[in-house]
Amino acid sequence: MKFIIERYDPDQDQKPYFKEYDIQLEPSDRMLLDALIRIKSIDDTLALRRSCREGICGSDAMNINGKNGLACITKIVDLKEPVKLRPLPGLPIIRDLIVDMTQFFKQYHSIKPFVINNDPPPEKERLQSPEERLELDGLYECILCACCSTSCPSFWWNPDKFVGPAGLLAAYRFIADSRDQAVNERLDNLEDPYRLFRCHTIMNCVDVCPKGLNPSLAIGKIKEMMVRRGV
Amino acid sequence: MAIPVRKYDAVVVGAGGSGLRAALQLSNAGLKVAVLSKVFPTRSHTVAAQGGVGASLGNMGEDNWHWHMYDTIKGSDWLGDQDAIEFMCRTAPEAVIELEHFGMPFDRNENGTIYQRPFGGHSSNFGEKSVQRSCCAADRTGHAMLHTLYQRNVFANTQFFVEWMALDLIRDHEGNVLGVTALEMETGEMMIFHGKATLFATGGAGRIYASSTNAFINTGDGLGMAARAGIPLEDMEFWQFHPTGVAGAGVLITEGVRGEGGILLNKDGERFMERYAPTMKDLASRDVVSRAMATEIKEGRGAGPNNDYILLKLDHLGPEVINKRLPGIREIALQFGNVDCTKEPIPVVPTCHYQMGGIPTNYRGEVVVPKDGNANTLVHGFYAAGECGCASIHGANRLGTNSLTDLLVMGKSSADSMIKFIKENDTHMDLPKDAGAFSAARLLRLDTQKNGENVYEVGNAMRQTMQAHCGVFRFPDMLEKGVAKIKEVAERAQKLEINDKSKVFNTARIEALELENLIEVAVATMISAEARKETRGAHDRADCHDRPGFVNGRDDQSWLKHTLWYKHDNKLDYKPVNLQPLTVESIAPKARTY
Repeated sequence: MKFIIERYDPDQDQKPYFKEYDIQLEPSDRMLLDALIRIKSIDDTLALRRSCREGICGSDAMNINGKNGLACITKIVDLKEPVKLRPLPGLPIIRDLIVDMTQFFKQYHSIKPFVINNDPPPEKERLQSPEERLELDGLYECILCACCSTSCPSFWWNPDKFVGPAGLLAAYRFIADSRDQAVNERLDNLEDPYRLFRCHTIMNCVDVCPKGLNPSLAIGKIKEMMVRRGV
Repeated sequence: MAIPVRKYDAVVVGAGGSGLRAALQLSNAGLKVAVLSKVFPTRSHTVAAQGGVGASLGNMGEDNWHWHMYDTIKGSDWLGDQDAIEFMCRTAPEAVIELEHFGMPFDRNENGTIYQRPFGGHSSNFGEKSVQRSCCAADRTGHAMLHTLYQRNVFANTQFFVEWMALDLIRDHEGNVLGVTALEMETGEMMIFHGKATLFATGGAGRIYASSTNAFINTGDGLGMAARAGIPLEDMEFWQFHPTGVAGAGVLITEGVRGEGGILLNKDGERFMERYAPTMKDLASRDVVSRAMATEIKEGRGAGPNNDYILLKLDHLGPEVINKRLPGIREIALQFGNVDCTKEPIPVVPTCHYQMGGIPTNYRGEVVVPKDGNANTLVHGFYAAGECGCASIHGANRLGTNSLTDLLVMGKSSADSMIKFIKENDTHMDLPKDAGAFSAARLLRLDTQKNGENVYEVGNAMRQTMQAHCGVFRFPDMLEKGVAKIKEVAERAQKLEINDKSKVFNTARIEALELENLIEVAVATMISAEARKETRGAHDRADCHDRPGFVNGRDDQSWLKHTLWYKHDNKLDYKPVNLQPLTVESIAPKARTY
């Protein structure tokens, strides 16, 4: 099977280039990550991140035939040949398929990703009804792989100012939590021409999310809350 | 060239559940903490835990920590230390409630309390019947927990060194632990993290087996570092084979599936667990279920064209329960098993999952080694928690949900010990002059090796050897041959060669260093297993089954003791099991039935 992979090692290369691999896969190679590991067993200089190999740790996000996804849950049979692999777009490349995610995590940290509740903690759990808990479904499952934010043109243009879909999904996860007491503070934090409102509902984030989450919907709900707060 | 040194009060290696829980405690105590991790914290393998965290909250019916303690001791096949087990089970409810206060999105009951599901080996009233003790967030409990702990550390402003790999433990000539050497993956630079106290929270090494539920990063780095620094490894023969890994892929399917009512079937559609465990059936302890499955397959009753797997049926739960309680499993079954589990059973096989052994500690997370006649002498400044530590809570077999309980309880407990220690020892001890020289030599060897061994080939040889010689069933002749074979592989692992010579994010170098750690664990496992001439928990020797006078092949007279393996000369030593709990009466060994 043929693969074309973008390579770049700042230690030796002036600029990124594409390298072709034609490899014999084994029947046990089902996912793209299996193929990449087979390539790496032949050429150990190929650098990529990977860990859980089951789509829960979020390490092996990359651009696969033009679309962001996780290598470990992308089936080889579903891929058009030659398979073209590039690092996630819009972030600085460290080496080969490994990007510098500093900016992405900075945005995630900027939304204060933790429950804020200043009441003294009770002896038992804080009660939450199943309906209140249901509000967190589709939000808390984010694996921070960055597939969404790095497919978002608004994030490409303003990664330092626009929180991006992953960060905003997380923001809404805490806004929606019945135990959190900082909704207003959280909305203030996002009320800015860039931080929230650079989202133009292009919906790339929804299209690529490997966990089937919908950041666009969450962003819409935050915008709605802001409007309602304004009147 | 001098290696740069940075000083911290506490150095934490690993940012999974136990590392993050410890880091939070240390940061909140106002200490200067460095947390090193090979991966961004939320990528640590705790993220893959599914079914729940065990604590006797009693939200679903009567429960108490004493029952949890009994189940854990029985699950451990009496190899667990009863002081540590009492400590964990008593502290568990508080640890889970605390996590809820941190923001953990637990599933809820109608009355707003945390939902708890049944799990293997958990019972009420000392083995009478199954109990609902597993606190969960759907089938993504580990993910929810790891993210919550990371988020809490963001709040506490913990200092992380992300994508740094610790290389070696630094000890002075008296054996005091002074920190670690570590490699920054992005730059290839080495640094010394000089600490007053050092915690290993490096997780397991399930990647020594060919078929494993474990992530690629689970390479036993802490165990390798400890072994090279002369610290023994405890009870390494005990590896848990999880009953339900997806056949062929190894990906985990939570025991929570059976907790919610799923059942195991052989090719004849028989619910065979009724024969092996009449009371607990499919929710017997993991070692018991895995052994039963392997027996079914061995005797020709496996399903599939090659009769080599078992069927996990859950379609009778209905799509509603599956989508609500087990949504992640549905995804995994589709992606890795090619089945829609709301309609068809999932093909599963017992798969290497968890390391019961590890770096010997007490229940305070302090590392202990034999010295001058005392089996449990503290190693000054050294701590271990989570899967890499051995307190020993899990003994010869861990109960499902107890890994997450362990990492919360021991993460906090070890941090509390460190805080106390740092208060009493508030200056950095001097680094030895040659601190870092050993690590530097290892890196240099790797970069300059010619005509050496291929990392993938040696790794495969190790994994195949462990799988064939030290699996669910163990045979004396195979173990003996296994010892010779794994020593041969270890020889080859001393001459690993890589083509990648770049300084920048050299993953070939990282994988070679990881293999050097894995091989220590593999050797420890094989040698400890060959030596233990009994069947206990996950260690099943074909020549030690039902012998007269020995229940289930267990030999308490000779083998109710912990193994200690030393890298130097592969020396084995043993120490007694602590059968004395902290405040309640000892639970005496007896026959184990479910």
